[in-house]
Amino acid sequence: MEEIFKAEKVVKKFINTVALDQVSVSIPRGSIYGLLGPNGAGKTTLIRIINQITAPDEGNLNFNGEKLLPEHISRIGYLPEERGLYKKMKVGEQALYLAQLKGLSKKEAMSRLKKWFGKFEILDWWNKKVEELSKGMQQKVQFIVTILHEPELLIFDEPFSGFDPINADMLKKEILSLKEGGATIIFSTHNMGSVEELCDHITLIDKGRTLIEGNINEIRDRYRSDTYEVGFQGEADKLKQSLNNHYQLLETSSEGDLHKARIKLLHHTTENELLSLLIPSVHIISFNEVYPSMNDIFIKVVKEN
Amino acid sequence: MNKIGLIIKREYTTRVRKRSFIVMSILGPILFASLMVVPALIAMSEDQEVKRIAVVDSSHLFMNVIPETEYLKFDYLENARLNDIKQTYSTGGYYGVLYISHIVAFEPNSVIFYSDKQPSLATKMHISKAMENYIRDQKLKTYEIENLDNILKSVKTSISIRTIKIMETGQEKESHTGVAMAVGYLGGFLIYMFIFFFGAQLMRGVIEEKVTRIVEVIISSVKPFQLMMGKIIGIAMVGLTQFMIWVITTFLLVTLTTTLLFPEMNMTPTEQVISQDIMSSGPVEAKPEAKSEDMDEIMGFLSGLKDINFALTLGSFIFYFLGGYLLYGAMFAAIGAAVDNETDTQQFMLPLTIPLILGLLVLINSINNPDSSVSFWFSIIPFTAPIVMMGRLPFGVPDWEVGLSMALLVITFIGMTWLAAKIYRTGILMYGKKTSYKEIAKWIRHS
Repeated sequence: MEEIFKAEKVVKKFINTVALDQVSVSIPRGSIYGLLGPNGAGKTTLIRIINQITAPDEGNLNFNGEKLLPEHISRIGYLPEERGLYKKMKVGEQALYLAQLKGLSKKEAMSRLKKWFGKFEILDWWNKKVEELSKGMQQKVQFIVTILHEPELLIFDEPFSGFDPINADMLKKEILSLKEGGATIIFSTHNMGSVEELCDHITLIDKGRTLIEGNINEIRDRYRSDTYEVGFQGEADKLKQSLNNHYQLLETSSEGDLHKARIKLLHHTTENELLSLLIPSVHIISFNEVYPSMNDIFIKVVKEN
Repeated sequence: MNKIGLIIKREYTTRVRKRSFIVMSILGPILFASLMVVPALIAMSEDQEVKRIAVVDSSHLFMNVIPETEYLKFDYLENARLNDIKQTYSTGGYYGVLYISHIVAFEPNSVIFYSDKQPSLATKMHISKAMENYIRDQKLKTYEIENLDNILKSVKTSISIRTIKIMETGQEKESHTGVAMAVGYLGGFLIYMFIFFFGAQLMRGVIEEKVTRIVEVIISSVKPFQLMMGKIIGIAMVGLTQFMIWVITTFLLVTLTTTLLFPEMNMTPTEQVISQDIMSSGPVEAKPEAKSEDMDEIMGFLSGLKDINFALTLGSFIFYFLGGYLLYGAMFAAIGAAVDNETDTQQFMLPLTIPLILGLLVLINSINNPDSSVSFWFSIIPFTAPIVMMGRLPFGVPDWEVGLSMALLVITFIGMTWLAAKIYRTGILMYGKKTSYKEIAKWIRHS
């Protein structure tokens, strides 16, 4: 798979700490790449290195197969976690200024801004000062500024913080449509729900080291625990009695006459064998494997290390 | 690169449009113009009012001794009791009561002026001078020297020192200390004020960018150094604009008010203002010969003003303003980057405020002694040079000293900017921690 960005064995030391210790990431083109990790793991440092805000002490950085250079910055868009705009400046003027700093001509920036402001229905904010807007409104402006120069690589640091559910949903759709448009997105967040929903690939770093990296389905596969959920009608006790010591019943729940049971396979038994035990005793409605949530994997991996 | 141009443009336009800038641009010239015009106005209105003063002379020595002037008249009231006249002087049309006690020859504090108004210094000096002279003459007379009157006449000499500077070319040039002092002090003080004012603006700008975190967005597009220089240059241009507005509007305002208020004076506006100033500070003597002396003095001052090379003074003002501002501006920017909020700046401000205030103190010394060694050294040391050299320049400074001072200033500000850029680069991305000098030293070493 072609990579848009690759970092190899990146080391960044600060005066008293090692922020990144031999961290490698490779971000496939057209993917949404989740950058995960607890607070202080080194995510922001890595993002700043990709943005060339700070330089690494060691390691190689590649953008589109070339060495990462200052001119690539116009092809990268960055939405920092702590969002900031000049409070006293008017919205339109400020957006125009930031777009021009990214290398757009004034005319081009103006026509694109009008388009996006129209799309987000915020054209009448153009002459308002930023301090007059709510936090969510400011986020919208900042989002537009980030994507305006149509970068190939976008970095969103906690993009959903400060958005209400309606606007968060709208933002999610925008992110997905950016992906469809061919952009690659690096997505740093603590919100595991949105990771499962959006990300194709992830990397999990903690204390400056990579703990896991790869395709999200492969990772979840790796952390499977051979647990299945059975939905059935009938007597729960009958189901329990049909199981032998090759299976472990983790939990049961019921809603009216619909019951659910989570069963873990032990001793290399298969789901077919389990089903053959269950079919005679209860009426099976559904049967599926329980995948570990990213939340579980995150906590498990970080605790283990 | 044109990105730095964008930053300069933003810094400039947002600041110039601010209400505070507009207010300062309007108030500044009004303040300066009134500083020049108001004293003249006061002097004029005082001059034109005839003051009658009742004299109660218990010593009976001073009858008709104090000479009257056009605006100052004395009535010697005989047999009047002080307590009565003190009650009634103003209904009698008097400005005040001058009481001379009978022991005046031995007790100089026994002359009292009663009035509900504060008499001008000129009035007081006029009276005391006349009385002093008279008492001295009377005391001399007791020695019974022959031909005393003639001797006294020949002894009285009035000295007015003209200072003539010998130029290196051998030319002689009349110099005017007062004008040079005023121009020098004003220049030095303005630079001091501008450095502080615009330096603080720069620092607040940097803190604002850091606090709102917009700095991360910007330095993902431009280098921190470009951002810092863009801000420094943008604000320097704001300062220059403000200065130019002040110079031009003050000039216009003074021209306007003086032509309206003093149409009889047939001089150029600046000359008028200066002459008004001088008239107001001179004693209100009305002896015919004194008047012409005054006129001489005024004309002298006017020619002194012409001697000041305004193009050169303005040019060096702009150079030293820019040089001084760039030197301190870089440091102000570094401080702004090192802290999280304005209250934390206090501890770092000291190394900036001390040389600036020292410069201002030496400025006062150097307009009195422009060639003293203190003045010399402080006008060479880059941290005080912008202020102190401005004070020395109107007196004439050897070219090599000016050259050395300017060269050192340029070298130091380049070095300082380089150092400040290191602090700035690290500081703008540091949050939450309280910064110490030790920490900053580490930043400089490690970046």
